[in-house]
Amino acid sequence: MRETPLSNCEREFILNFIAQQKRLDGRNAYDYRDLRIAFGVSLGCCHVELGKTRVLAQVSCEVGEPKQTRPHDGVLYVNVELSPMACPSFEQGRQSEEGIELSRLMERCLKESRCLDMESLCIVSGEKAWHVRVDIHVLNHEGNILDCASIAAISALAHFRRPDVSVHGEEITIHTLEDRNPVPLSLHHMPLLVSFAFFSQGKFMLVDPSSKEEKVMEGKMVVGMNKHRELCTLQVTGQMLLLKEQVLRCSSIALTKVTKITELIHEALDKDKQARLKGEKHGFAMLVSGDRVTANRLPTTEVKVDTLEISDEMERSQSSSEDGESQSGNEPMEEQIVATPKESAVEILTKGVGVIGEGGTSTWLDIPQADSKQTAAKKRKHKLEKMEEDEGSSEEEEKVILK
Amino acid sequence: MSSFTVVKTEDLDAEQEKGSACVLRGQTSDLGCLTRQDGSVSLSQGDTTSIAVVYGPAEVRINKEQIDRATVDVVYRPKVGLPRPEHRKQERILKNTLEAAIAANLHPRSSISIIIQETEDLGSNLSCCINSSCLALLDAAVSMNFMVAAVTVAMKENSDMVLDPMKRDETEAKSVITYVFDSMKLQVLTIVSNGKFSRAEYKRGLSLAREAVKSVLQFYRESMSKKLLMSE
Repeated sequence: MRETPLSNCEREFILNFIAQQKRLDGRNAYDYRDLRIAFGVSLGCCHVELGKTRVLAQVSCEVGEPKQTRPHDGVLYVNVELSPMACPSFEQGRQSEEGIELSRLMERCLKESRCLDMESLCIVSGEKAWHVRVDIHVLNHEGNILDCASIAAISALAHFRRPDVSVHGEEITIHTLEDRNPVPLSLHHMPLLVSFAFFSQGKFMLVDPSSKEEKVMEGKMVVGMNKHRELCTLQVTGQMLLLKEQVLRCSSIALTKVTKITELIHEALDKDKQARLKGEKHGFAMLVSGDRVTANRLPTTEVKVDTLEISDEMERSQSSSEDGESQSGNEPMEEQIVATPKESAVEILTKGVGVIGEGGTSTWLDIPQADSKQTAAKKRKHKLEKMEEDEGSSEEEEKVILK
Repeated sequence: MSSFTVVKTEDLDAEQEKGSACVLRGQTSDLGCLTRQDGSVSLSQGDTTSIAVVYGPAEVRINKEQIDRATVDVVYRPKVGLPRPEHRKQERILKNTLEAAIAANLHPRSSISIIIQETEDLGSNLSCCINSSCLALLDAAVSMNFMVAAVTVAMKENSDMVLDPMKRDETEAKSVITYVFDSMKLQVLTIVSNGKFSRAEYKRGLSLAREAVKSVLQFYRESMSKKLLMSE
């Protein structure tokens, strides 16, 4: 699907606004959007929300052969999936240029920074090593997928536990989860990526651009740092030239951001660990708060089936002929439904017009009484035919449609 | 590449709580959780979560255009690794099920795309995906002939049935059957089965699933009315 292009007046407006040192959502130039980090029940599953941009990361592992060139190291795979879920313009299958750029940046951030201790992933040198795989799925694209993805990837790596391995001479035992507690990966540090968007030939700069700002920007710089002031990644894209002072200023801004975000990650990890230790319910299902109108929660429901009825029906169905056997499963049910029809009062309005359920005349406009009643009654009759056999809250449904 | 995910062993408490095996785990839905799509939902059955998203009716590519109805497209994304043949099979099952439910005749030469992301698979993943797709279609206000609801039943060796099984129940069971029903007459729409089972076991599972599906459909209605009527 093609994405709606940004109109010229929108573009001009945003650029003028930025020139006045303002942003569409009211943030300051160096402000990040609200960041929420959540972990799932599975180990190594992390869900990050940066404003409305949502990313899901999952870490998994498998035993395999190490690389020929590095027999003492494990292998790390990083995969960024721009699923068509995130944005209508993302196509399934072929990776777009943007997807390739994101994948490459994530790989560089995680691999070249050497945040993960690869030697600890070795089981038998030259023969067996752990292959760790980080899958990053973009769920919603509202700008700055890269920062969100890097936070998700690092949090997932910190959250993940791999099975414990013991080596006795020639024998290697990979313990199951019941046998021994799984072991965390050894993460040296947490490199995070911070994106900067540039406008008007580098005159104005914004941190954490939203999707509209990304469409209007002239150039982008990505700084990968950890809280120990170590720079791991640096990339500038777009048609612009930057001054040395700007680059240095950006890296110092990145440092403050990264320190804050690392704290947040540790907080979230702690909270999750506490919840698991205490045996409290944790995971994605718990995140949804029941207060919101769009969220609904139903506790465990017990399903009671009358076992006697089933055995009777079964005997009946078994004794019936072969032909009718396929239908007999449905017949008893239908009989039950027909046997207990909904007792509703039918109100006769005029000759040939019946009304059932709640509703009534339109209270919106001053329509002459006779017409509105007739059209409303006709509509209801039509609905009647469709909903005759419908169980449950048919009246409720009518309320919604007709009000 | 068969990478595996390390999953936390299910809480012992949860196992003990489940007294009788005929219990549907607690369901949680979050309608409209994502912003770029026409309809989106994050549905959890117990801890099994899946996010479903609908785009439509929208522009369709000429090679996929159908002159009299909308083209229904389903994409299923696993959490780990690239999509494999078993996920394509799941997409096919979902497509066949949802094509019957969607009133595609109302939107000729357009496409209705459903994209499902496996978020957490801790048992009865297929029924969670089907249920979340239906809720997403409702959230997107796509015209439908009826709603669809799915329930998974696992048959154990001693012919005990477990409703809405967890991962352990599924792997230990002799057979696992997912029943998909329509909301109008509670008739069977789709059956997806693994393993061996007798005709009697199938029928028992069918009646159990039928009862259970009523509460799933009720959950849909409550979720939608909560959102639309803006009342508890």
